[in-house]
Amino acid sequence: MSQSSVFVTTFLAAAVEVIEMVIIVVGVGSVRGWRSTWLGAGGGLAVLAVLVLAFGAALTAVPIGALRLVVGSLLLVFGLQWLRKGIARVSANGLRGMGERTASAEGVPGHGVDWTALVLSFKGVLLEGLEVAFIVVSFGLTAQALRSAVLGAAAAFVVIAGAGLLARGLVQRVPRSALQLLVGTLLSSFGTFWAVEGLGVAWPGSDAAILVLVGWYLLAAASYVGVPRRRAHRLVAQEAVR
Amino acid sequence: MTMILRWLKGFGRFWYGFIIGDDWTVAATVAVALVVTWLLHTAAVAAWWLPPLAAVVVVGVSLRRASR
Repeated sequence: MSQSSVFVTTFLAAAVEVIEMVIIVVGVGSVRGWRSTWLGAGGGLAVLAVLVLAFGAALTAVPIGALRLVVGSLLLVFGLQWLRKGIARVSANGLRGMGERTASAEGVPGHGVDWTALVLSFKGVLLEGLEVAFIVVSFGLTAQALRSAVLGAAAAFVVIAGAGLLARGLVQRVPRSALQLLVGTLLSSFGTFWAVEGLGVAWPGSDAAILVLVGWYLLAAASYVGVPRRRAHRLVAQEAVR
Repeated sequence: MTMILRWLKGFGRFWYGFIIGDDWTVAATVAVALVVTWLLHTAAVAAWWLPPLAAVVVVGVSLRRASR
């Protein structure tokens, strides 16, 4: 494998992981606020840097399966909570948003650290960052082109993270109720994917299964959006009959 | 000592809210679905479809229960 093909292959493989990382950070930051999200992301990158420096090429000894299972399960249960709340809010308010966002209404602390945002972004960055590090180590060592592999991954990080920063403004224009539903869908999808992968079960289509999961959860959300409203209407109708 | 206890309580409350949230059945269903998936996997049965199916069903049930 030539140096340039190692660079391109590592760039593409790392880009897939970095996209997942950026989606989580931008989604969580847009819903919960940015300060604690950046703290979590920075903390994740710092721990990753320490792990890379401490283990180096021996990084592949980290039990990534167990880590995927733990992080995936936690993201899945938390993502489903947001999905559920997002569905209930879109049912109640439509896509107009939730009106003025009050810190207490969403459980976001007005001051101090928002641990939910911090933990979510920390875990997303650490897990995805570790996967990027594995890609670099395995591609770089196998092809004896570690430098090109590092450069490819770094380029992927700069390009995708830059695109994520640019997309931040667009994401923040999405109505908050719809955004919570969307981020809940994404967290549930990544959580499901990683948890199942962590059990050692292979997904059909590998990473492409994430797109199918996103579609699956969006479809479910769309079919559930009317449930609380229909129930409320039915209750009103029953009250009128009585 | 009191400070440590308060910190431990806060730590426990945070993880309770993070994992259990408003409806404990969601986290319980996810846990059961993952265990069953693993058991089926060890019996050489493809079970990747189980957690997403269980997740969608439990969210629907939870929403219905909440809107009653």
